[in-house]
Amino acid sequence: MNRATIDLWVGIFVTIGLGALAFLSLKVGNLLTTQSAPSYRLEARFDNVAGLKPRAPVKAAGVVVGRVESIRLDPKTYEAVVSMRVDDGYGFSRDTIASVLTSGLLGEVYVGLDAGGDPKLLTDGGMIAKTQSAVIIERLISQFLFDKAQAPAK
Amino acid sequence: MPHRSARSAARSAKFDPALDAAVELADVRFGYDRRRPILKGIDMVIPRGKVVAIMGGSGCGKTTILRLIGGQIRPQSGKVVVGGQSVPHLDRDGLYALRRRVGMLFQFGALFTDMSVFENVAFPIREHTDLPDDVVRDLVLMKLNAVGLRGAAGLKPSELSGGMARRVALARATALDPMIVMYDEPFAGLDPISLGVVGRLIRQMNDALGVTSLVVTHDVYESLKIVDYLYFVSEGRIVAQGTPDEVRSSADPFVRQFVDAQPDGPVPFHYAARPLAQDFAHVL
Amino acid sequence: MSSDVLVRGLRRVGAGTLVFVTRLGFATRFFFAVLYHTPSAIRRLQLTLREIYFTGVLSLVIILVSGLFVGMVLALQGVEVLDRYGANESLGIVVALSLVRELGPVVAGLLFASRAGSAVTAEIGLMKATDQLAAMEMMAVDPLARVVAPRFWGGVISMPLLAALFSTMGVFGAYLVGVRLIGIDAGAFWGNMQAAVDFRTDIVNGVIKSVVFGVIVSLFAVFEGYDAQPTAEGVSSATTRTVVGSSLAILGADFILTVFMFRGIGL
Repeated sequence: MNRATIDLWVGIFVTIGLGALAFLSLKVGNLLTTQSAPSYRLEARFDNVAGLKPRAPVKAAGVVVGRVESIRLDPKTYEAVVSMRVDDGYGFSRDTIASVLTSGLLGEVYVGLDAGGDPKLLTDGGMIAKTQSAVIIERLISQFLFDKAQAPAK
Repeated sequence: MPHRSARSAARSAKFDPALDAAVELADVRFGYDRRRPILKGIDMVIPRGKVVAIMGGSGCGKTTILRLIGGQIRPQSGKVVVGGQSVPHLDRDGLYALRRRVGMLFQFGALFTDMSVFENVAFPIREHTDLPDDVVRDLVLMKLNAVGLRGAAGLKPSELSGGMARRVALARATALDPMIVMYDEPFAGLDPISLGVVGRLIRQMNDALGVTSLVVTHDVYESLKIVDYLYFVSEGRIVAQGTPDEVRSSADPFVRQFVDAQPDGPVPFHYAARPLAQDFAHVL
Repeated sequence: MSSDVLVRGLRRVGAGTLVFVTRLGFATRFFFAVLYHTPSAIRRLQLTLREIYFTGVLSLVIILVSGLFVGMVLALQGVEVLDRYGANESLGIVVALSLVRELGPVVAGLLFASRAGSAVTAEIGLMKATDQLAAMEMMAVDPLARVVAPRFWGGVISMPLLAALFSTMGVFGAYLVGVRLIGIDAGAFWGNMQAAVDFRTDIVNGVIKSVVFGVIVSLFAVFEGYDAQPTAEGVSSATTRTVVGSSLAILGADFILTVFMFRGIGL
């Protein structure tokens, strides 16, 4: 086993190793797709965010336009304050509605933005005024049962 | 031999190879386990330029003496002086400088198995000097030629016989033209031809390079042929010493038992045991 | 009678603990000594490259083949479960996250410990038993610098590369089974996967894990070899200690790292 052979094999090994890392980062992971885009911050307050987690997507018309950064509880109003980052390329009107939605029935929870007609746009640090909280299945069911109980028996 | 750095050159200047006594041990005591000392007061003087044998039964501490001289271990008490320097008191740099001037041939050679014969002999040269490759090559081949193995330069240690490996190790130990060369059981396990070769090489190297040689062995026959002086170690002490002629004609019972290879004498045949009658009481 | 046995047992446990703690201290000093000799490992680049060859390149076969099979089995099992919820298209996500976050670093680490770790321990142990380390010392060459440090860094460099290769082969194996064999839509497979695997939290953390495991295995391997009893049994038990010890340490470290790394996500 002479030097040249060893050097060759080590070179091959390191190359394919780094190549594997690159493959994982680019094709398996999202290295180039989202990270470097400049973004601005928006805030929204909800009564209930159900299963929303940080890093959940923010979508408008089904297209991912940003990510949820953090979620905290306002100790005075007991509302959930969601802080999200939206890509600079997208502007949203000041009367945009933010809702907490679920993809499909059992899918992941995300924030959906419905743009309104106001010509003025939200800026960095802006607060989305109109929000719609998550639909809690249990409340829906108990609501349904309640309505059923209310309806006069025919 | 060009030195790696000025610093090590300055340090090696402290070792005085011109001293009459290359190595001196005075009342050295040592035990790996403090409760069981192996050396119980060793006094030895190794004159410069001579071949001296240290003989004794297995496990009597001969190899330990070599380790003390090489600075691998420190004595619990006593002096170990090499070239005028007290070995136990050397710092790291001092030890480094010492070991550059001392060559050691380990039992069975201890060649580096992942390198060829050439690379084994080149190892100390490459590690301690900045000589260019062609000079290193010439030096290595000269050393190998001195031991008769120039043609084996490309072989690996696993392809060598015991005697050949021993000779390569000898070439490696003398690669940097040391002040002192120590041999740990150089004759162990060799066929008669190789025995003769190694013995002759030890003597020749000593005289040609002007080094001081210390041979630890229990091969009486070979030793008496090549050495200038012998020390006999038993039970941690020097029990006898002398020139080959003095040893051959000695009346000391230990020396006689050793030289004549008698099974019983000062070194008993029976390991310490209960009286015979006790073990076989049920028979009697 | 039984109290006597109990006392003896306790005494042995006590002595064993003392020995363990002493060895741990020695191992820590050893670790710092190896780190101290890193510059000479860099200077002797050829030696370190050689060790990367022996630990990394020679482990390629087992890593690639195991990665492939693990990925294929993951796909088979995953599809079986996901089918019940009509979530076949999430197979890519399941496989990729399992591999990148956990299986890649851990399984590659365990395989590395048993293949490369044991080999390094045996090599160093044998060098000790045949006096090669002592000979080196007597020639004023520090074996820590020349023998141990290159092997340590060779292992640390090889490990993350092997883990990445394991995960890649696993994803590929899952692709073969899921898309080619079972018929899941390729676009959904890759698209969903890419949306779910985050570079920073998943891939980088996976790499960090594999580096940590590489350090663990390499340290165990060189330490046990250097500390082995210079006999045949000594080397053999040192090899066993390397494999068992580093495997357990990997699993333990994996738990601790996972708690810290993936705490915020979904827990």
